[in-house]
Amino acid sequence: MEKVLLLIHTDGEGNLHKSMMEALAAALAAGKRLGEVRLCAGIVGAGASDAADKLAGSGIEKVFTVSGDDFTASRYSSDSAAAEAVCRAADASIVVAAGTSRWNRVLSGVAFRLGGRIDTHVTGFGEGDGLSVSRWFYRQRILASVQRSERPWIISVDPGSFQAWSGSGAPPVETEEVEVNLPDVPEVEVIGEKTPAAGEQTIKPDAEILLVAGAGWTKIQRDGSAHAGEAETLILDFLRKAQASLGGSKSMVDQASEGEAVISFMTHLNQIGQTGSTPRHQKGLATCCHGEEPHAVGWRFINERRAINLDPNCGWAQGKADVLYISDSFEVLKKVNEML
Amino acid sequence: MPSARICNVKEGIQTSMSDFQIVVCGSIVPDPLQSLEPAPGSEVPVLKNEMMLPSVLDPWAAHALYEAANLAKQSEGSQVWLVSLGPKAKLQQLMMTLAQKVPFQLVALDGPAGGFTDSFNASGLIAEAVKGIPGLDMSRLLLFGGWESASRGAGSTLQMVGERLGIRNQFQGVDELEVKPGEPMKILERVEGGKHQVSTCQAPPAVLGWATGNLPEPPNNPQTGMMNMRTVMPAIQQAGPVSLETGGLSYSDVKIPEQKRQTRIVKDMSTEEVARELVDWIKE
Repeated sequence: MEKVLLLIHTDGEGNLHKSMMEALAAALAAGKRLGEVRLCAGIVGAGASDAADKLAGSGIEKVFTVSGDDFTASRYSSDSAAAEAVCRAADASIVVAAGTSRWNRVLSGVAFRLGGRIDTHVTGFGEGDGLSVSRWFYRQRILASVQRSERPWIISVDPGSFQAWSGSGAPPVETEEVEVNLPDVPEVEVIGEKTPAAGEQTIKPDAEILLVAGAGWTKIQRDGSAHAGEAETLILDFLRKAQASLGGSKSMVDQASEGEAVISFMTHLNQIGQTGSTPRHQKGLATCCHGEEPHAVGWRFINERRAINLDPNCGWAQGKADVLYISDSFEVLKKVNEML
Repeated sequence: MPSARICNVKEGIQTSMSDFQIVVCGSIVPDPLQSLEPAPGSEVPVLKNEMMLPSVLDPWAAHALYEAANLAKQSEGSQVWLVSLGPKAKLQQLMMTLAQKVPFQLVALDGPAGGFTDSFNASGLIAEAVKGIPGLDMSRLLLFGGWESASRGAGSTLQMVGERLGIRNQFQGVDELEVKPGEPMKILERVEGGKHQVSTCQAPPAVLGWATGNLPEPPNNPQTGMMNMRTVMPAIQQAGPVSLETGGLSYSDVKIPEQKRQTRIVKDMSTEEVARELVDWIKE
């Protein structure tokens, strides 16, 4: 009989982020596909023992916890040691983990230590007998189902891929604090977080809508001048009023390092596409962006897509957007901001 | 006192830390502009006409290489190696352009570079190649690479190479490495919400999986190319064939998803009408 371990972590305040409940839903789905399984959980981080109660009613039999000052901050040596210790204590054959930056930093290393295998960025489970996972290859261009016979098999699920589990009931029967031996390595200290230079959070993973700005915003307009300053104002105004997240095309974010006119708050962190991110939002609006294939692959998980472009033959017209408005983004966004 | 940056370095700022051994792991991927189609392979799927597709160095690995070269330039006595696993003919093709970018020594492995191979076994081959670098000193080693590839895109190979080399300080999604004289390395890693986690690391060895950093692609430099080619071509010629075991890995339902949408192209609406329709859609 397979044993499934849900591997999650708390945030700095001891809370379980929504992505942890999504991973729980994935673990339950994995268990369902495997038939008769035993289900346990491992929680690492501040307040791990208290967080175990949040899993009440899910069917988790036992929770292994690792807490203490050494495990509040996210760093490779301590997180990998904790995850390894939990996996060994649980002796699970399938480990389903939340694909956060914290876990993605360490879980491949943990798989190696356990002599197991790992699949990251899993977005679902395949149909048919046995357990198979769905993930994308070549940057969201080819989809495949993967099966493995090696165990343990760590499955790291992308946030936003599963409906978060919610429920209540009796708390897990048993919890166990796992002892972790930290390796003797040069010290790493997490000293904080750096937020965007503009002082404004432009990347909002939970936003309903994504606004993507292309390089056209900084190019010479019909009056013969560039209007990067006006573009900044329009974009920021839209982000605030629509509660939107901001993405950029590669050509847009590359301008900063190429010495051209730039949108000051646009960095490589905003980049969407082949060499950028593939965010998950319900809606996406592309502006001044041509919808070239390397960029559009970053839109794989955007459900409703609209674009504004002056070129009726741009990439968005080739079946990549639901609606393409042949219009001036400056004028449209100004009017939209007035109406919002 | 302003920070002295080793990577993304500001001109004229000197640092006291030097003498790194920087090993960059990076392989080839199809040019992003190419259309990709899966095809059955002998053990795992491959790309249709894979050997015919134009290739580039994996974009994030390329950023890692440029950062490595920049670091070596600022740190006297430092050396850069590029360890690359890929078909020999394609590596040779790639080197014709890459060798002109920055100085490095190539360690080549003649084997498959496709995205459907398994990172566990690939990491074993790469780790052995790193261990085989003459004079490798773990106390000076910085293992660089892309935080993910544009092929498998798993972010797992570099971590496993680090583990196989016994490196227990690893950083992923790195955009900046910074050193102040007499102080530990300062590293910025991408975390959720468009933020960076800032950490300090006392000393090498460390693994740094790079995101984009902030350096532009260096221009071609024929002199660098000529210098590199003296060692690159022999390295390719000497590259022994390696194979990747698939173990218990298997695939099914490998496909390009249906993505074509029926695009409604709106040409005749006024700005006001377009804005109204967008606002209604946003508020839905």
